[in-house]
Amino acid sequence: MAVIRDMMPVFELFQPASVEDATALLREHGEQAWVMAGGLDSFDWFKDRVKRPAVVVDLGGIEALKGIESTADGLEIRAMTPLTDVVRHPEVREHYGLLSKAAELVASPQIRNQGTLGGNNSQDTRCWYYRDGWTCYRAGGNICYADTPTSMNREHAIFGADRCVAVNPSDTAPALIALDAKMVVQTADGERVVNAEDYFIGPGIDIMRMTVLQPGDLLTSIRIPSTWAGAKFYFEKVRDRQVWDFPLVNVASAIRVSGGTIEDARVAVNGVAPYPMRLTAVEDAIRGASQDEATAERAGEMAVRGARPLRQNAYKIPLMRNLVKRSIRVEA
Amino acid sequence: MANALIGKDFTPPDVRGKVTGRAKYAEDFRAEGMLFCRLLTSPMPHGRVRNIDASAALAMEGVIAILTADEVPEIPAPGNPILTNEPLYVGEPILAVAAVDETLAEEAIAKIKVDLEPLPFTVDPLESLRPGGPNARGSANTVVSGEGLKEIKWTTEDFDAVADGELPMGEPTATWSYGDIEEGFSGAAVVLDETFVTAGTSHHSMEPRTAMAYWQNEKCHIYGSTQSQSFVVPGLARYLGLEPDNVVYVGENCGGGFGSKGAAYPTMVIPALMAKKTGRPVMMRISRAEEYAIGSARPGFQGRVKLGFREDGRLLACDLYVVQENGPNGGFGDMSAAASAISIVYTPVAMRFRGASVLTNTPPRGAQRGPGQNQIANAIEPLFDKAARKLSVDRFAIRRVNAPDHDSRYGANRGAITSAYLGEALDKGAEKFDWQKKQAQSGQRRGSKVIGVGIGQAFHSAGSNGFDGLVRLTPEGKLHIHTGVGNLGTYSYAGTSRVAAEVLKCDWKNCVIERGDSSIGLPWNLGQFGSNTSFTMSRTNYAAAMDAVGKLKEIAARDLGGAPDNYEIGNEAVFRRSNPSRRMTYAAAAKRAIQLGGKFCGHEMADDLNPMTKAAVRGLAGTGLVGVAKDNLPRTGMVPALAAGFIQIELDLETGKFEILDYLGVADCGTVIHPQGLAAQIRSGAVMGFGMASLERQVYDPHYGLPRSVGLYQAKPPSYLDVAVGMGAEAVDQPDPQNPMGTKGIGEPLMGCASAALLCAISDALGGHYFNRSPVLPDMIINAASQRPQSHTPLQVNTD
Repeated sequence: MAVIRDMMPVFELFQPASVEDATALLREHGEQAWVMAGGLDSFDWFKDRVKRPAVVVDLGGIEALKGIESTADGLEIRAMTPLTDVVRHPEVREHYGLLSKAAELVASPQIRNQGTLGGNNSQDTRCWYYRDGWTCYRAGGNICYADTPTSMNREHAIFGADRCVAVNPSDTAPALIALDAKMVVQTADGERVVNAEDYFIGPGIDIMRMTVLQPGDLLTSIRIPSTWAGAKFYFEKVRDRQVWDFPLVNVASAIRVSGGTIEDARVAVNGVAPYPMRLTAVEDAIRGASQDEATAERAGEMAVRGARPLRQNAYKIPLMRNLVKRSIRVEA
Repeated sequence: MANALIGKDFTPPDVRGKVTGRAKYAEDFRAEGMLFCRLLTSPMPHGRVRNIDASAALAMEGVIAILTADEVPEIPAPGNPILTNEPLYVGEPILAVAAVDETLAEEAIAKIKVDLEPLPFTVDPLESLRPGGPNARGSANTVVSGEGLKEIKWTTEDFDAVADGELPMGEPTATWSYGDIEEGFSGAAVVLDETFVTAGTSHHSMEPRTAMAYWQNEKCHIYGSTQSQSFVVPGLARYLGLEPDNVVYVGENCGGGFGSKGAAYPTMVIPALMAKKTGRPVMMRISRAEEYAIGSARPGFQGRVKLGFREDGRLLACDLYVVQENGPNGGFGDMSAAASAISIVYTPVAMRFRGASVLTNTPPRGAQRGPGQNQIANAIEPLFDKAARKLSVDRFAIRRVNAPDHDSRYGANRGAITSAYLGEALDKGAEKFDWQKKQAQSGQRRGSKVIGVGIGQAFHSAGSNGFDGLVRLTPEGKLHIHTGVGNLGTYSYAGTSRVAAEVLKCDWKNCVIERGDSSIGLPWNLGQFGSNTSFTMSRTNYAAAMDAVGKLKEIAARDLGGAPDNYEIGNEAVFRRSNPSRRMTYAAAAKRAIQLGGKFCGHEMADDLNPMTKAAVRGLAGTGLVGVAKDNLPRTGMVPALAAGFIQIELDLETGKFEILDYLGVADCGTVIHPQGLAAQIRSGAVMGFGMASLERQVYDPHYGLPRSVGLYQAKPPSYLDVAVGMGAEAVDQPDPQNPMGTKGIGEPLMGCASAALLCAISDALGGHYFNRSPVLPDMIINAASQRPQSHTPLQVNTD
């Protein structure tokens, strides 16, 4: 642990007004540069003096990165749109209520005013060992402090661990995956559009990153296709504390039902793996089944198959099973 | 005659400042040329400083000085040191750096090279008691009352019990008993023998313990964050090696203390010592992460209790053993307070207490709201439910049959008490909460949700005596009530000041409360802790006001004829009973007091006053009619504050989460002096209790000894969505016979009764699954609901 905490070190602050200026700054400063959206993740790192970037590029002044617009095929939400605006937007509420519900359960009203949709999906993990500045795998070291016989890992992964057992803490990420959202990334080579489920990466791909974003890349907007507009949605977040807390487990589902039969479904959970998990096997299994208790039970059981709990987090197995079950059986 | 002020709501004078943001806290003060000071704290749970190289830091422009442990007064072990060369917990201050701004001070700290030798440590008391187990302080692992630091190891055989999930019970460091417990157990219809764990908790004071200090001539001026005012001064003086007269202490407001800021604490004097060294004022702001280290904590318990009940639920015998997580220093007497609480809340016919307070390399322990009493409420109340199930006795009835009355005895010494209305509190709660109806709903299912109900009870001693009161009537016709108790945020400083106004029959609009700055003349008062203010301060203010009444009558008799006894007071005047037109206003009497001099205006005073009060009176002498007196009213027993909480929850078996549907807290606090203040205490105490029962965590990685919770989002005190929307508040409102206004304190048990009630309701919703542990977190509830084993062993601490 550090000898001092809670006091930001000095850095050079840039506040560009355009995406072009921002990307130019990122290219100029390369790995020295830190991209800051709402600051909720960044300031913790800075104040704890664990991450000490020389340059911080604050995206808060780029108006082009804010706002929600209807498109020919759904909705485009720019990355710096505050979560509160996502929650309140009439079209989000009416057609994509899953996202509005998920965003509303993030943290606290103040944090939702300041935090952005892009930031919520690009934030780092909350593993306390890692955030405390321990030189673990994710911090470039060669050990996972959270996965030992004495580790305190109640909030860690039951799936997808690969040296690192930290989880992705985002509430909106599973909702975006369930809605089949597309993440628009500005790279040095131009714009790249990535499926939401592919935006998040596990430690097997790169143990030091949570998303596909490379230094110099910028998430500029999130496109939600109309495919799932008006479907039956379910979002639930279980957390210790009802305000200002990350999920122990959350679940998002979008289901189309016809005559009691599930025509199609997308289901995703978070808080159980280093990335939000889309449950494709569950989706395949319930497609064509009747929306009843038996199907829901089966979905729940299927969802947790293969889970590998750590010392203190076996409870996540029944919790995830129950949440997936609830997300399937729900009558919207 | 009905009271004009006591029992009525009013707006305390500090409310407006708090609502508008104008209220000044320690960090709001500034002084010319002020430096900022920051701390270098220990990165490891136990170590020894081998060398400090600050040359690079001191070479930075704007960095003025460093202060090390070698330069500050040494506090004899096991006291909490000011700075240390042998840090005993993560975050313990090693040195301080002063610079022209905070960022620079912090950059300087980053440049200081401290060579620390890591030493053995422990964060689990039981591990330290094992043969060959680590000691938190090298040669010692316990602190024994009257003996100080000591090493105690239990035998391997003692630890055989752990295999059965039971607390081993080796040699205790404290013990007491009364009655014959074996006789009680042998005659019992049900005997429970239960091992339990209650976790330690941080204080989470919203205002960290920031302080600013400067010196003028020989006097040290300190602006701090404390619950108390006058009580802090002698402590600060001792830390600084000064006479109390040479300390000026300003503590206008306190952003939460919960016991952790009751007295002077060592970090407060770091800026004072730095100011002395640099010759400039010094501000030391404390960060949230630092507050979690130096901000004190409630000790956790690993305990075992054997309870023997008669068929009707009467508690015949109690045998309690507590292993207390003491922190590395002197700690606090939670374990014996816990035992004493059992003696009065449940009045066992026979009882034995044994305990061992074991040193740990975790933050120093101190008083936290209901120290010991609230942990034991969490442990015992669910066991009363368990016993009630076994006996087929109603859960209300098992509490009612054991409730104390005015003749009940307290603690090891079986001392007398002043009054006890816990039974009446239970009765009132049962009626207002509609316990019978709500209990009948227990177990009702709605999908995956199930109803649970619970009752909790708690206690704290709540009153002292022997302190001084000071009031002053001025020629402007104002009553100045000088209060040295402090302002921890409950408004009881104001509620008890109104006692003086009540006695003197003053319009509250004409009253001024003088407080928050020792240089303005404040009397010697006990600190604002231990739920004592309402009882203690209503007595001092009563004594001072009665002294003023006597002086008013004397002055009137002198000027208007007759004897003082012929006079009455009313409408801010003193008048002749037989002829009310012969009267003198308070303003006129104050003028006369100044003319008369002597005792009337404070030039003379009683000998039995505390030197601090005498100094205050000397400073105020000649400014009006001075009423000043020591509280010499009789007190022949311990003053119990008792509380009962009633709760109904709906628990989701699939998520481990619950919603509090309804809560009612009922206080036995004697006569209610400030209904709004009391209701706020009942509700906020409950909120704090819900956190203790089901949310908060202060835990350490067992392998590295590092804290897991150094931020509010990690430590998880409750939020507004974790509590009931409307929470009921009631009081028995029966006067205590040993207080002139009938009032007693109440703050602390209001937390414990709520915490225990919630734990009982969770277990009730789970059909009688008892966790023997607090907090009970959602993962534990899910495991219980899905018939899975818990991820911790019964005695495990630091369970995340």
